[in-house]
Amino acid sequence: MALRQLLRGNEAIAEAAIRAGCMCYFAYPITPQAELLEHMARNMPRLGRTFIQAESEVAAISMVYGAASAGVRTMTSSSSPGISLKQEGISYLAGSNLPSVIVNVVRGGPGLGNIAPSQCDYFQATKGGGHGDYHMIVLGPSTVPEAAQLTTLAFDLADLYRTPVMILADGLLGQMLEPVELPEPIDPASLPRKEWAATGAAGRDPNIILSFDLGPDNLKRMNEALQAKYREIRKREIRYEESDVADADLVIAAYGSTARIAKSALQMARAEGLKVGLFRPITLWPFPYDALRAVADHVDTVLTVEMSAGQMWEDVRLAVAERAKTPFYGEMGGVVPTPRSILNEVRKDAR
Amino acid sequence: MPRGTIVIDAERCKGCGLCIAACPQRVLAFSGSLNASGYDVARMENPEACVGCAFCALTCPDVAITVYREKKNA
Amino acid sequence: MPVDVARMTKVFERPKSLTEARYTYCPGCHHGVITRIIGQTIDELGIAERTVGIAPVGCSVFAYLWYRCDAVQVAHGRASAVATGIKRARPDLVVFSYQGDGDFASIGTAESLHAANRGENITVIFVNNQIYGMTGGEMAPTTLVHQKTTTTPDGRDPATCGYPIRFSEIIATLDAPVYVTRQALYDTRRIQDCTKAVKKAFQNQVDGKGYSLVEILSTCPTNWRMSPTQANEHVANVVTQVFPLGDLVDRG
Repeated sequence: MALRQLLRGNEAIAEAAIRAGCMCYFAYPITPQAELLEHMARNMPRLGRTFIQAESEVAAISMVYGAASAGVRTMTSSSSPGISLKQEGISYLAGSNLPSVIVNVVRGGPGLGNIAPSQCDYFQATKGGGHGDYHMIVLGPSTVPEAAQLTTLAFDLADLYRTPVMILADGLLGQMLEPVELPEPIDPASLPRKEWAATGAAGRDPNIILSFDLGPDNLKRMNEALQAKYREIRKREIRYEESDVADADLVIAAYGSTARIAKSALQMARAEGLKVGLFRPITLWPFPYDALRAVADHVDTVLTVEMSAGQMWEDVRLAVAERAKTPFYGEMGGVVPTPRSILNEVRKDAR
Repeated sequence: MPRGTIVIDAERCKGCGLCIAACPQRVLAFSGSLNASGYDVARMENPEACVGCAFCALTCPDVAITVYREKKNA
Repeated sequence: MPVDVARMTKVFERPKSLTEARYTYCPGCHHGVITRIIGQTIDELGIAERTVGIAPVGCSVFAYLWYRCDAVQVAHGRASAVATGIKRARPDLVVFSYQGDGDFASIGTAESLHAANRGENITVIFVNNQIYGMTGGEMAPTTLVHQKTTTTPDGRDPATCGYPIRFSEIIATLDAPVYVTRQALYDTRRIQDCTKAVKKAFQNQVDGKGYSLVEILSTCPTNWRMSPTQANEHVANVVTQVFPLGDLVDRG
């Protein structure tokens, strides 16, 4: 029986990770994701699994690199400044084709910023915050139940494509309590064996995990293999949600907590007779360019709403091009847009 | 008969000379002939003196030396 | 008179755990000796099929090519953290990290110290040659006072660069490590001692005892601008004055 519980976003992600068979979790405390770490501290050892409060974010992501190399499901979590520290490790995980899950409960930035909700790490997450030509799959949950679902998906996609996957949440989602129906725990032993992992060269040639080759031709081939994988992911894994777009004149493009708030604004606008829809990317990388382009073909305006200065907005404009107007409304510094403030923007743009 | 002998893999040898310095019997010397990598490889100049102590092999950074010793009851 | 080796006993050969690949190290560099000692240890303990080696960044970046065992190449300085991840994921594996002085005692300071402090059941081989070899002979955290490097062209000045760091002594202050030792390779006696130390450090892990660290004073004839034999003498006469040999912790 699936269990229904009242959980914070942070706890839902943690518990979903455990149920997805995460065997090793490594992290360093930071607000507003501390509950995630604390949930893991309480529960992982009890299950005979590994919890380490690492000495730093850099160490935590390197431990993930080790556990992933050894073929187990593994995760780390942090918030913006800590995720910046993890970029080295994420680049190595991508370069070495290591399945891993990284949670960013985004807070206000840049620098120390604050601990309030924000979406200011979209560029870092989707465009590759570390060095090199790489991407990771980026999933943007909008509700606590979806955060749990996408955590399960993150582990599956990580293994399927041998890639780091990021769950890009925000402080609002991390702290919010909602009823969640958690999936049944899987038996980690039932997962497919990872034949490539560094598990001891018994009866086979050694497995070498690396992101390195001094020869330009070889490194080019390694890069081409990565790009081929990314093309495959773009082809198969794009996810998004459309609400009320069929007859819409204006579509709001928003993800994460902002999309949820935008849904309230949408209902208020519809009550006023404004034909408003919502386009919500669930995979932020790969971004649903084609789907949004198709929407833009039959609306006048695509209004991007974000808790940032306009980061996803760049992808929206890339998708929409000249097909529709592309205004932007954003809040920064931990200020959260309200349904009313979004409605005001909709009214301006719907005229 | 010498009590021991060695076989040097000349292509692994980098001519560092550490084996020559390590040999207590002064068996080894530079050969003056270069391998494919251009290194002046070590060789046994005084093979009769070899006792098979393996000091050369222990010292060789390139693991280029195999050591043999006379069988005790041969 | 040619000697018939077929009538003799082979008393020393290339360890089975080493591949046939030729080292990328310069002539006379001790990295090769250390690699051979590790290979021999893996042979003697019969652990090749469950050993995972960790290759760092630096001259030994290619360490994954030298052993017939699984290996993971990692970011500069993070080897002890990666070793932690592997060992916690698979405690049945034997995990060793191979790290230079820049890797272990500078950029990896936090990872090195905290893996030791947690008492991770891993084996760390810390190669201290007092210089950054691969990048062209820059100052290391272990560079001696007044030693000339490409970034201390007038010699290391303690007033601006500090002193050579004795990292093993720092680790020896911790409660968790079971074995911390400093060894050298400048003569056969030292090579034999070092071989015993490395074997003990691996045996400790196999026995589940905990964290073992073997620091090995190594040479860099190329960047020291010395012949390999001069470099050995320099370790024996000068370097060991700053980095004394011997066991710092032995709770085995």
